[in-house]
Amino acid sequence: MASMRDIKRRRTSISSTQQITKAMKLVSTVKLQKAKTHAEETTPYFNHTYSTVCSILAKAGTVNHPYLQKSESQKKAVITITSNRGLAGGYNSNVVKLITGSDFAKEDVLIYAIGKKGEEALAHRDYEIAAEYNDVMEAPAYMDAQAICTELLKMYSAGEIGEIYLAYTHFKNTVVHVPTLLKLLPVEVDEADIEEQKSSNLMMNFEPNEEEALSLIIPKYISSMIYGALIEAVASENGARMQAMDSATSNAEDMISDLTLKYNRARQGSITQELTEIIAGAEALA
Amino acid sequence: MADTDNLFDVTIITPEREFYSGKVKMLEFNTTEGEIGIYKNHIPLTTVIAPGIVTLTEADDVKCAAVHAGFAEILGDAVTILAEIAEWPPEIDVDRAKRAEDRARGRIDGKDDSLDMLRAEIALKKSLVRQDVVARSK
Repeated sequence: MASMRDIKRRRTSISSTQQITKAMKLVSTVKLQKAKTHAEETTPYFNHTYSTVCSILAKAGTVNHPYLQKSESQKKAVITITSNRGLAGGYNSNVVKLITGSDFAKEDVLIYAIGKKGEEALAHRDYEIAAEYNDVMEAPAYMDAQAICTELLKMYSAGEIGEIYLAYTHFKNTVVHVPTLLKLLPVEVDEADIEEQKSSNLMMNFEPNEEEALSLIIPKYISSMIYGALIEAVASENGARMQAMDSATSNAEDMISDLTLKYNRARQGSITQELTEIIAGAEALA
Repeated sequence: MADTDNLFDVTIITPEREFYSGKVKMLEFNTTEGEIGIYKNHIPLTTVIAPGIVTLTEADDVKCAAVHAGFAEILGDAVTILAEIAEWPPEIDVDRAKRAEDRARGRIDGKDDSLDMLRAEIALKKSLVRQDVVARSK
């Protein structure tokens, strides 16, 4: 049986850990609230961009545009959005698993890392890191998304990469975050959405014509997808951290109550022992 | 005709916020193909926006805003503008726009390579639009 001093020391150490996890939970709760409102403010823009792209594709479905055709190159660029800091439960490893668990050949994948944790994990697994934009994660702005998009589209037009994917954590609600792997280029949208657009506005006109409008709108579509993913990832990160810290705090509480019980038992044991010794000594003298 | 009959809904959305939402009588803005003005029951049209001033003529007020890049979806009685950047005149820092203009002009006169040229021209256009919209709102 551990000595009273050992138990006491252990309990103090756990309760200071608990204080830290509790504080981190509070911090991420506040950050989550902020990120959540931000995510809600931005969604209308993406929904509209997406539906506009759908409506153009519904009309220009057969257009021979480089953004819609499969390219020669086998290379796949994957934009990986993770966090810069740990202690967020399975948040980062889930995104990494999306890539390692996919059927992409390792040598064909080029990682564009946003977030230190994902970059480190993938570099460790011998994936090629083409670029990192870890600073973006601190305060994602639309300009950052645009810069990444311009870079990738340049590579795509030059034929250096054939496909562009986006791996991020979709923020469904405060407790449900879904790691998602999304294909950005060549553009693929849901058939059902296209059918819906076809039936709703057959009369839509485009100015300039569909093809030119497509060349102008697709880059905007991709930037907005990247930006949306960044914003959702921030919200998911804080949500995941809040949950992880919450369970850490309650685990610490369980351990403390367990240790308190053990401590009291050990204290009672030592008192009983002392009494027995005194009585035995007194009896020996008598 | 009653005033309310010729009003239509306009929504301007940027990635950061819903910039404007309301009913207007006439909407004017700049597209890559030139300036257009829209009344109610315009033909359905999707068009790409060029840096310029958006003029919203409400029932009893006229509002101006600077919009740089994006696209607009026009349906008979509703217009949605998806703008990458949109600003009301009070939000614009005129001195900064003026500095940006000087910088861009310097670059254009310097004639570097073609990519920088395009960027400088866009920067110049943006700074001019910003100054223009502020001047107009005074």
